[in-house]
Amino acid sequence: METVKSDVVIVGGGGAGLRAAIAISETDPDLTVSLVSKVVPMRSHTVAAEGGSAGVIRSDDSLDKHFDDTVSGGDWLCDQDAVQFFVEHCLREMVQLEHWGCPWSRHDDGSINVRFFGGMTVQRTWFAGDKSGFHILHTLFQTSIKYPAIRRYDEFFVADLIVENGRIGGVLAIEIATGRLFLFLCKALVLATGGAGRVYAQNTNAGIVTGDGMGMAYRRGAALRDMEFVQYHPTALPGTGILITEGCRGEGAVLTNKDGYRYLQDYGLGPLDPWPRPKAMELGPRDRLSQAFWHEDKKGNTIETPQGTVVNLDLRHLGEKKILERLPLITECARTFAGVDPVTQPIPVRPAVHYTMGGVASDRTAATSLQGLYVAGECSSVGIHGANRLGSNSLAELAVFGRVAGEAAAAYARAAGPFAPAAALRQAEETAAGLVRMLRREKGERVATLRGQLGECMEKYVGIYRSDAGLRAACDTLAELRERYRRGVRLDDHALTFNTEWLTTIELGFMLEVAEAMAHSAYRRKESRGAHVRLDEYKERDDVNFLRHSLATYKGDSPPTISYAPVTITKSQPRARVYGGAGKQAELT
Amino acid sequence: MQLDRTTRTIEIECLRYDPQTDAKPRLETYKAPFRDDMSVLQGLQYIKDNLDGSLTFRWSCRMAICGSCGMMVNGVPRLSCQTFLREIYPDKVRVAPLEHFPIVRDMVIDQNDFLDKLESIRPYIIPREDKRVEDGAYRQTPQQMAKYYHYSECINCLLCYAACPQYGITPSFTGPAALALLHRYNADSRDQGWSARNELVNSEDGVWHCTLVGYCSEVCPKSVDPAHAINQNKVNSVMDYFGIMKLMTPRSAK
Repeated sequence: METVKSDVVIVGGGGAGLRAAIAISETDPDLTVSLVSKVVPMRSHTVAAEGGSAGVIRSDDSLDKHFDDTVSGGDWLCDQDAVQFFVEHCLREMVQLEHWGCPWSRHDDGSINVRFFGGMTVQRTWFAGDKSGFHILHTLFQTSIKYPAIRRYDEFFVADLIVENGRIGGVLAIEIATGRLFLFLCKALVLATGGAGRVYAQNTNAGIVTGDGMGMAYRRGAALRDMEFVQYHPTALPGTGILITEGCRGEGAVLTNKDGYRYLQDYGLGPLDPWPRPKAMELGPRDRLSQAFWHEDKKGNTIETPQGTVVNLDLRHLGEKKILERLPLITECARTFAGVDPVTQPIPVRPAVHYTMGGVASDRTAATSLQGLYVAGECSSVGIHGANRLGSNSLAELAVFGRVAGEAAAAYARAAGPFAPAAALRQAEETAAGLVRMLRREKGERVATLRGQLGECMEKYVGIYRSDAGLRAACDTLAELRERYRRGVRLDDHALTFNTEWLTTIELGFMLEVAEAMAHSAYRRKESRGAHVRLDEYKERDDVNFLRHSLATYKGDSPPTISYAPVTITKSQPRARVYGGAGKQAELT
Repeated sequence: MQLDRTTRTIEIECLRYDPQTDAKPRLETYKAPFRDDMSVLQGLQYIKDNLDGSLTFRWSCRMAICGSCGMMVNGVPRLSCQTFLREIYPDKVRVAPLEHFPIVRDMVIDQNDFLDKLESIRPYIIPREDKRVEDGAYRQTPQQMAKYYHYSECINCLLCYAACPQYGITPSFTGPAALALLHRYNADSRDQGWSARNELVNSEDGVWHCTLVGYCSEVCPKSVDPAHAINQNKVNSVMDYFGIMKLMTPRSAK
């Protein structure tokens, strides 16, 4: 096993990981940074984010409005100290990205333009066409090349965290090209490994979004917080789940059912006029819109297609010029993957899993319960998303908390004592032996079989609407799948060179455990809040018993234990979460 | 477009090669059921999941934005996620790794040479002065953006390198995507790294290697047009040689 020593290791080369790496070098250029990622950074899933990133810039907007939209959007499960810090730092991060070259869309006078997103009082979303994540990622990746202390380990698959007495010592990784094992020793570690949307069959996520970082930290004792809150994005292509950005609706697109009726007015998002107006109709939040689809589907008001039922996302009235200027990527995607031209036809869409609100529990400084472990981005639960993330808060989160995590890790690394390589090596070798056994295994089920059943189970029982019986069934099914996984997955491929079947099998282990944390957290939450809504007797929000974060703690082969922690409330007391209603017509810029 | 909903069967012939164990590449043909909405990538995923888990290829976003899944499809550099099996049926699909790159395994190529080149062109804003975040964003009009935006859309999929005959002959050539990115920063009103990058532009491995075949722009899935970027730099390079560039770009306009 080869050993690499650095002050800080960052796992994940997406927006959060790159922002953390740059922050470390800007704080202290003498600190050595290893950026370890299972893909070359510009392949990371940040690349697929479309609509944009929040930052208060308009004179009719304010930090308080961003705070209120976020906290009410999250159904009061947000930690308000974290939200306050977040909204105060979004703008500077957006400007920083601009200075680094991000091609944000502009007004004619060269100033930044912002667009509407769901659940927003005022336009607040900085956008780069509809390739905002792509441009943020490439900007950060290319900028990171400036800093000589950042050493990249592209296509290294991290399989385990090395933890000694509650303190991080490093990570064990596989060099994908060769299958060689590497022990990365470090003083501080930043996990920026993204979400876990791939545990569901239909999702907007890239194939790499398998919850590795969540799973690793969880196995090594960090709690996963609020995992029952999984966001269904209301507009994805049927079959593939390819994302059709909320930016469409931000620019004025409408949703209609099979009769051409704008059905959202029947689900607490109306009335129709005046339109467009903030936080109403198509500018409602994602959880409510996905739930409305579910009801329309049950009523038989959706449209049958070979890939499932859909509603229509209609952009035609925006006109070709605006569609091509503001929404070129989804135009291309609709044409290529759905065979429809949004200029002349509506796009068929249905909800698909998009985002894991929960993650590794951290405080406002990105610190976790493991000393020296910091988390940022979708793998983390810093507390800003609550029960439902507001669109365009996640890209801003990457930048704001990526930087925070980098700076905190740098400070920790400077103060930390020396490495303990002997103990780390022992733990790494133990994990490595298991990985090698997995690689050689010739008997058992195919990885695709187990993965397929996992995805179906989550869709069926831990979907947009949930019930006690269904969640119980999910917990049972997941326990059974974990047992079958333990009995062994059969590999066709026993080679060391770029063995993706092996990596997929390791990923499946993380996916099963993360899914189990989701199902058990959901089962235990006997209320409806944000993206967690029930069809049984727990249809209402229950602030008395459940205005609390759930914490899933790993218990080996057994199911996790679920405990609760208080939500930090500073200035916004929980109230009814209301969208639609009267309001002023907004001017789209 | 009306998609045929029936399932048919297509043959997919894959180049198989593990340099660690195989003396030379071989071809292996699989039969996969497909519907009209299935991409070549989905065909390969079907094989990997059901028939042969050792078939090796990169993929991630499956929506033509991450740049992972480029390969030769029936002799042409394509993104396998946005090439559809129905386009090729009833012919056999033939997939192979992108040309001009060393093979790591099967369809996986070694992309390190490209990454080195990308790093070599200083792909970041080299600002005129230190502008603090507190000073706010630059002003950049849509007209100023139009000068470089196109070239910022490159997804680094490397199809252009597989298409470039010059890169095949002279691997030290900086190549289409990296030179397009160089031009992207040179053409950005916030940047003044032009002189720092100029040495590379004019060097033996810079723009003058390009013989204007233009196949790079033809295969580009994002219409970045690297050929145009390279030739724009040939013009700039000549003007620079004669000292015209400095006269034409007063610093205040940058």
